[in-house]
Amino acid sequence: MAEHVEAHEHGHEEHHPRLQHHFQDMRTQQHAARLGMWLFLATEILLFGGLFCAYSYYRTLFPEAWKECSKHLNRPFGLLETFDLITSSFTMVLAIHFTRIGNRKLSVLMLLATATMGFGFLGLHGYEYYHEWLEGALPGKYYHFEEVTATGAPMFYAVYFLMTGLHSAHVFIGGVVLLVLTYLTAKGNYDASYDHPLDLGGLYWHLVDLIWIFLFPLLYLV
Amino acid sequence: MSSPSPSPTTTPAVPVEPKNYLNCETGVRSWLLTRDHKRIGLMFLACVTAALFLGGLFAMLIRIELLTPDETIMSAQTYNRMFTLHGVVMIFLFMIPAIPSGFGNFVLPMMIGAEDVAFPRLNLASWYIYLAGAAFALWGMVHGGADTGWTFYTPYSTTTFTKVVPILLGAFIIGFSSIATGINFIVTVHTMRGPGLTWNKLPLFVWSIYATSIIQVLATPILGITVLLTAIEHAFGFGIFDPAHGGDPVLFQHMFWFYSHPAVYIMVLPAMAVMSEIVPTFARKNIFGYKAIAYSSVGIALVGFFAWGHHLFTSGQSTFNAGVFGVISMIVGVFTAIKVFNWVGTLYKGRIRFSTPFAYFCGFIYLLVFGGMTGVALATVSLDVHWQDTYFVIAHFHFIMVGATLMAFLAALHYWFPKMFGRTYSEGWGLVAASLIILGFNATFIPQFLLGNAGMPRRYWSYPAEFQALNVASTAGASLLAFGFLTILVYLTIALFYGEKVGRNPWGSRGYEWNSPSPPPKHNFDSPQVFDHPPHDYDSEGHEPEMQTEVHGGTEVHGDDGAKR
Ligand SMILES: [Cu+2]
Repeated sequence: MAEHVEAHEHGHEEHHPRLQHHFQDMRTQQHAARLGMWLFLATEILLFGGLFCAYSYYRTLFPEAWKECSKHLNRPFGLLETFDLITSSFTMVLAIHFTRIGNRKLSVLMLLATATMGFGFLGLHGYEYYHEWLEGALPGKYYHFEEVTATGAPMFYAVYFLMTGLHSAHVFIGGVVLLVLTYLTAKGNYDASYDHPLDLGGLYWHLVDLIWIFLFPLLYLV
Repeated sequence: MSSPSPSPTTTPAVPVEPKNYLNCETGVRSWLLTRDHKRIGLMFLACVTAALFLGGLFAMLIRIELLTPDETIMSAQTYNRMFTLHGVVMIFLFMIPAIPSGFGNFVLPMMIGAEDVAFPRLNLASWYIYLAGAAFALWGMVHGGADTGWTFYTPYSTTTFTKVVPILLGAFIIGFSSIATGINFIVTVHTMRGPGLTWNKLPLFVWSIYATSIIQVLATPILGITVLLTAIEHAFGFGIFDPAHGGDPVLFQHMFWFYSHPAVYIMVLPAMAVMSEIVPTFARKNIFGYKAIAYSSVGIALVGFFAWGHHLFTSGQSTFNAGVFGVISMIVGVFTAIKVFNWVGTLYKGRIRFSTPFAYFCGFIYLLVFGGMTGVALATVSLDVHWQDTYFVIAHFHFIMVGATLMAFLAALHYWFPKMFGRTYSEGWGLVAASLIILGFNATFIPQFLLGNAGMPRRYWSYPAEFQALNVASTAGASLLAFGFLTILVYLTIALFYGEKVGRNPWGSRGYEWNSPSPPPKHNFDSPQVFDHPPHDYDSEGHEPEMQTEVHGGTEVHGDDGAKR
């Protein structure tokens, strides 16, 4: 082990306490973390990609059903949810900004706001789901929605529930991550020299928002 | 340490066993919580080997059942489950993780002079995710299994009463293990290369694993969403793939093969990775066409994404589409041929050492060429219509995908065994087992080519009596194969404890990973690495390390190296 430590300390004088032993320096470590996160985000996009394929395929197959069912979704609610998420992305950026300039209190506040808006989104969407359940618009074998008659309407609802369901699961995970980050920020784990967990959490959150920005017009505004 | 031969100062003065990654910490906890890529690699290897034997057992039972035209040892229903489980276990639990997560984990960081992968915790998590997925799948197998085949085609997979859902979820979970490993390797190669190690100095193993990782990261999520949809469909009947609800089962086939065709390269690119290391070492010669081999790996990775449609030639695809997909599939053959020519070019005028890993290379190149050529034949639409869903396809993909991966797995096992454990095995037994395996493999699958061409369909429990002779031949071959595996299990286990000790570079390889002691210390090297020579460089004056007695029967040894061990 002795040789190893020697070999390692060779070449860089000051060690950041957060530097893991196998990285050269802090910059490389952050670069690695960010690259890893981007790759992960790519896998997330592809995960949704499969559903977007199904969406476009069935939309070309059943254009009438898409038009009609889309009208039955709650557009004002969808709009509200969109604003909610966009604002939360903004507060996320502010949270990182405040950590960088050393204002921990405001950073915690912004993170809390972001998480709250995340869970708020879930509440709003849960309310929509509840309505659709009352209407009998659940997909597949639970479907007994009478108002839309176009063929392929059940397929619209199946796609709608799968896409928004998967997205909501992501919002939930993101919300939990944000709460953990809030706690760690409040504990004083992050400062200007070490903030990349916040950065990565932020990237994930922006992706979740971005996916919704695609889902909203595709589902609500056909 | 600029020279690959060990300098005397690194030898411990006292005759105590030096600390290495195996004995630096002991106890189950130290393994289960380890973040050392070498230990995680070994844990993966242990699991995939267990999976190989489980999948092999299923295969053996299938072959025994097919000894006679009607029921031999199991009912038709059991048989359906058996071939499904064989496929699922071999593909998801053995072939996909075997070389990248097992050997890749062990040697890739060492090859680039890194102390570990970029995300050691994610690496350990990847192993646990694999275990969790395997547990799901095994639970499903014990509680009823599935009878859909490993391809899970809808609408059958969404209506069968067997336990598809846990097995699908198992595949879904294992996918994340694959993604985690892929992300880890890509980031490791980008950020952790040693000083002076430019991209064009990367060992070819690293290039090929890098290409594999790209596929793992970009294709696996599609499998994830596909099996998730199928599971949801089976459990709740959403109707996405169900014609009764306006859904389209062919959409499933597109999504499934969009992953599963590239997945073939997740299996075969690592095999090519291993061989690109073994060829120069055992030919004692510079690799021929380094860049061609390196870039063709990336080429295969990219083109492989656009070939999936060749699985749908008979699923109502338009002739134009089928033609396009057929041509794209053949382009993959071009990249593969580039590699084959370069390997053979490396052998030309080399000083070949016919050791066990090289024996597996011979098996590999033969299976790759013949498997590849039958692949080009199958990519021809008109021929494929005749062979679709026959044993010809079975034999083809067992040759190229299974055969190549298996040969590479065994070659890698024998090549890096001395590095991993600091001991070596009996070379004689190694060659005996290699002959058994290569012979057995051919005896199993050549009859299946003939059966398929004669029209025997895949996945059938019974067959007309005139096919029996070839089926018996195939089963006989499979038992040779099984016997070969058991032989390897025995002599490698013995070698693990009683094998002759080896120095740091028994093969006299120029690969960077051999600069470290065998077994390596916890942080891989006992001195900082300098990458002053190109990879696979056997031409430089005065640099050539030689093969050592313990792995090469006492011939051609540089006498001075033995004393330093
Ligand atoms: Cu294919």
